[in-house]
Amino acid sequence: MRKLSADRVSRAVASLCLRANFELRQDVLRKIKEGLKREKNKTARGILEAVIRNADIAKKERLAICQDTGLPQVFLEVGQDLKITGDLDSAVNKGIEAGYRAGFLRRSVVRDPLSRGKTGYTPAIIHTRLVKGSRLKVTVLPKGFGCENKTRLKMFKPTAGLDGIKGFVIESVKLAGPDACPPYVVGVGIGGTADYACLLAKKVLLRKGPSPKGSVLKLERDLLKKLNKLNIGPMGLGGRTTALAVNIETYPTHIAGLPVAVNISCHALRSASVTL
Amino acid sequence: MVLLTGAIFTARDQAHKRMAQALKKGRKPPLRLKGAVIYYCGPTQTPKGKVIGSCGPTTSSRMDEFTPLLLKKGLSGMIGKGRRAKEVIQAVRKYRAVYFLAYAGCGALGSKYIKKAKVFAYRDLGAEAIFKLEVKDLPLIVGIDARGESVYKT
Repeated sequence: MRKLSADRVSRAVASLCLRANFELRQDVLRKIKEGLKREKNKTARGILEAVIRNADIAKKERLAICQDTGLPQVFLEVGQDLKITGDLDSAVNKGIEAGYRAGFLRRSVVRDPLSRGKTGYTPAIIHTRLVKGSRLKVTVLPKGFGCENKTRLKMFKPTAGLDGIKGFVIESVKLAGPDACPPYVVGVGIGGTADYACLLAKKVLLRKGPSPKGSVLKLERDLLKKLNKLNIGPMGLGGRTTALAVNIETYPTHIAGLPVAVNISCHALRSASVTL
Repeated sequence: MVLLTGAIFTARDQAHKRMAQALKKGRKPPLRLKGAVIYYCGPTQTPKGKVIGSCGPTTSSRMDEFTPLLLKKGLSGMIGKGRRAKEVIQAVRKYRAVYFLAYAGCGALGSKYIKKAKVFAYRDLGAEAIFKLEVKDLPLIVGIDARGESVYKT
């Protein structure tokens, strides 16, 4: 059985924290540049140019892309034939602490949601899944809370169909409006259970291209077109660049239901992965 | 587009709550509100050799419930991102204040306009403490002007 030390996991997590917070994902940057090419609104163009300049400064000067360096979220895919020596969860949190401290990132986590109080870097939200093989894939997603606050879930009737889903996604983006740093990447989870649809909507933000499924791809394209006609635009000041992408993930569900979750990301969609 | 130069103060959720509580009890908040400009911002830590870390606006609407009171006490300007409540727009008009928008999600860029930074009050709040910032030519967009005209349609 292949062995992997918890220390090695910590080091990998620390380095992912820095990469994710300093270097805007290439696919996201490309989409912002494509948006700028299409954008005609002068104010919107100015903002998109600032966003690109910001990404450039962040990378060169090792400064966080956004001051909200998020509640760190970590996705682990653990190969079932891999033996990790040491405590995996604490190794991840140790890595977050080390990475965030080294990068002068923000302490945005309060230990108690009720009394609030002192802020820190951890605990991270860790999602662990067992997969085939003997490798460990680690993904860090430092998502800010301005956009996380705009997350929505609706348990539709199974007969609601595509129109119901589209209406809900569009309504969710309108509700987020100028507040959560548009242009957005819109994550949509359809199916499963209430909790699972929310997880799908979050995880699909990690996907860097369109859906490989034809029917889903069609829905993504259709929604993207509709969202970019809302004239919300960068910072909500108008323009055709309201969404950079709509990423949809589906999962089997129950005959009595159709859960739909929307998880919006700001234009600073940050994540980084490594396979150990 | 407006370029702002001078001293401004950061304050976000917890600092607002504390200032509002102090005012309601008849106490003075640590920040003299008359003529002050508040930036809704919680910067990252300051890297070695820099004035401040990444520093951009947070969502303004979370401060809405406290804002009319602060405006009544003389606050003259706010910097943030996104929409404001009707009550805030009315208070901005009544007290002839102004609400600015800063480039949202651009904290690395935002840090470049800050020439000096120090913790001013509520140090225990960490990133949510009140920082005094000296800014030079900070680019802003007028979100709500002194007549209560909002840049957002809805």
